[in-house]
Amino acid sequence: MAVNDSLEGTHKIIQEAREQQHNSGLIPTLNDFSQELTTLNLGPTHPATHGIFQNILQMDGERIISGVPTIGYIHRAFEKIAERRPFYQITPLTDRMNYCSSPINNMGWHMTVEKLLGVTVPKRAQYMRVIAMELARITDHLICNSILGVDTGAFTGFLYVFQEREKVYEIYEEICGARLTTNMGRVGGMERDFSDVAIQKLRDWLKTFPAVMKEFESMFNRNRIFMDRVVNVGPITAEKALNYGFTGPNLRAAGVDYDVRAMNPYSSYEDFEFEIPVGTKGDTYDRFMVRNEEIWQSLRIINQALENLPEGPFHADAPHYYLPPKQAVYKNMEALIYHFKIIMGEIEAPVGEVYHSVEGGNGELGFYLISDGGRTPYRLHFRRPCFIYYQAYPEMVVGSSLSDAIVTLSSMNVIAGELDA
Amino acid sequence: MAENTPESAAAPQEAAAPQDPQAAKNAQLLALLHRLFGADTFTDVEEPYGLLTVTTTRERIHEIIAGLQQDQELQLNFLTTMCGIHYPENEGKELGMIYHVHSLVNNLRLRIKMFFPIADPVVPTLTDLYATANWMEREAYDFYGIIFTGHPNLIRILNVEDMDYHPMRKEYALEDGTREDKTDLFFGR
Amino acid sequence: MEGAGFFATSLEQVVGMARANSLWPLPFATSCCGIEFMATMGSHYDISRFGSERPSFSPRQADLLMVMGTIAKKMAPIVKQVYEQMAEPRWVLAMGACACSGGIFDSYSVLQGIDRIIPVDVYVPGCPPRPEQVLDGLMRVQDLARTESIRRRNAPEYQALLASYNIK
Repeated sequence: MAVNDSLEGTHKIIQEAREQQHNSGLIPTLNDFSQELTTLNLGPTHPATHGIFQNILQMDGERIISGVPTIGYIHRAFEKIAERRPFYQITPLTDRMNYCSSPINNMGWHMTVEKLLGVTVPKRAQYMRVIAMELARITDHLICNSILGVDTGAFTGFLYVFQEREKVYEIYEEICGARLTTNMGRVGGMERDFSDVAIQKLRDWLKTFPAVMKEFESMFNRNRIFMDRVVNVGPITAEKALNYGFTGPNLRAAGVDYDVRAMNPYSSYEDFEFEIPVGTKGDTYDRFMVRNEEIWQSLRIINQALENLPEGPFHADAPHYYLPPKQAVYKNMEALIYHFKIIMGEIEAPVGEVYHSVEGGNGELGFYLISDGGRTPYRLHFRRPCFIYYQAYPEMVVGSSLSDAIVTLSSMNVIAGELDA
Repeated sequence: MAENTPESAAAPQEAAAPQDPQAAKNAQLLALLHRLFGADTFTDVEEPYGLLTVTTTRERIHEIIAGLQQDQELQLNFLTTMCGIHYPENEGKELGMIYHVHSLVNNLRLRIKMFFPIADPVVPTLTDLYATANWMEREAYDFYGIIFTGHPNLIRILNVEDMDYHPMRKEYALEDGTREDKTDLFFGR
Repeated sequence: MEGAGFFATSLEQVVGMARANSLWPLPFATSCCGIEFMATMGSHYDISRFGSERPSFSPRQADLLMVMGTIAKKMAPIVKQVYEQMAEPRWVLAMGACACSGGIFDSYSVLQGIDRIIPVDVYVPGCPPRPEQVLDGLMRVQDLARTESIRRRNAPEYQALLASYNIK
């Protein structure tokens, strides 16, 4: 206590000295030099922006007067490519949209197609999807929060939780063989069943991860330096956030409890018990805390799904859309024909239009699919949460200092692939 | 951490949402639309996969979206997304805009479409109602060349500034035209 | 070996050894591959074991340009500018299918491989490559740095190569 008291005293002395100098006019203010503003070109390859976004900022000293974001530096034409690809081949595209949580994108797309085709997915596959999606949400939030730590000067958290992220990737590898862009879903279910090793690894990880997460939280949540950097930084009110189309953790941090998982449950989310954390001020600290709490809720969901994982098939009985097992392709004429038709993209989808949305890592991830009865979508529009909420960024940072702008950007978790499509 | 105390939001939301099937909700919504804007405003009323879809004209669109936003009963005041579309065969109605609005309170979605000729792709902007419409409209302009009157900053957003066509229109090829390693022989172009 | 001593070698080898073991990479991460690079940089794979302790975000001090992820046509001039800002000797590593060849994105907006604008030394295929592959790619760059003649950068072939990319 004594140390704290003396520190308090020191702070007081410094503060008083500053005020004295200021009042006596010893320290020149910016206005004494000139009224000119500086233009600062932040990006597109600025090291602190984690991705390629350009912000042209008008600065008055260290204070941001206005900002103009430029995007499109990684525009890959997803929507145009999707018009030329069979349904089966759009899977890799969705994975590369929000690459921090690719299984969610992937499953969301498959659920959209299943809705169009009228395919019912068996319960086991739905639970497996939930596990994969919640793992993805955890990795997504881990990246965002640990990088927020890096931006505020704490590298430790990053090094610490990336170790855990590797373990999640190991589970992915057991499930599907890939790490980041997993392609683990298929139209009608999953590509393969969870192996025993995968389930064992998942169980082991579920036992060890909470301790690490607790430690990560204890490193940041009440850390005075961290709080000084993030509390009241980049706030947004709920009304503004809704007007800007915010969804996901960023909206929940502003106090609106909108979660697609609860409002329009998909893939059996109605079976699970979980809570939706909300913040009050919508500032960087709230966003950080909401993401942390969502990690805990995701763990809860995974535990429930794993405990109640039903027996049964892991894909729907939809031979027109789901690839037959390879062994059958070698021996069975019918299987060979279906295999050929699916791989060559010669499956025709019914006419219709579907909007399906899932709760992505960053909010409502929507797929608007128009099919004209052909082999490819006539039009596929992605509602990409990043693209929609990043336009609020200038308004959120105006008036704050440059370092606060960096922290705000980091806590919004803007993913370039999702932003630019 | 008083402000971040997790609240169980799932329960109240489900209670607030009407328990009727989707069709009844849509019928109620359609009745409201007719009452607010007149029955002849909407054509092609459909319900593909449970989502009420109406078609209107560009003259009425701004008024409709504004009316829905202000309506206290249904509170369709969240613009989920909007996108352009191109139907080259539809003579005089080649281009279109499709809006999705959502009521977070009543968990109700509505899809509004409108079509207009490609020779005159001018529609009113929604940026005065929704801040989020800004970039979505710029994207539609970038992809389809749809011009939004009243938009504060209608320039390309994703593509390079000096691009001279609107790439999502159906007549333009997907592929990069500068590749010489891809031949017709192997890729069936 | 005990006590102070000496060993005879050529200057070229010493310089090569020094360069190879202290490569400062400039991570030019744009998309998915950037996330895998973060894993490579993180605690598990730890790229600093290979002398790349310090990712240099300034091109002026970097030796190795690691281009990771899709380069759109809008981004291409910036990649070239960053390359031009780097001092000799400089190496380029293209990580991932997109940087190598455009990958699955054969579309109007994506540059079909960064070797259309800058010379590339090492290609690391994969979508995205595993961190082990990135480390292997880095070691291939180290091999290049170790064995490269110190006069190579003055050679007419090298000048012609740069000229073909219109780089001074």
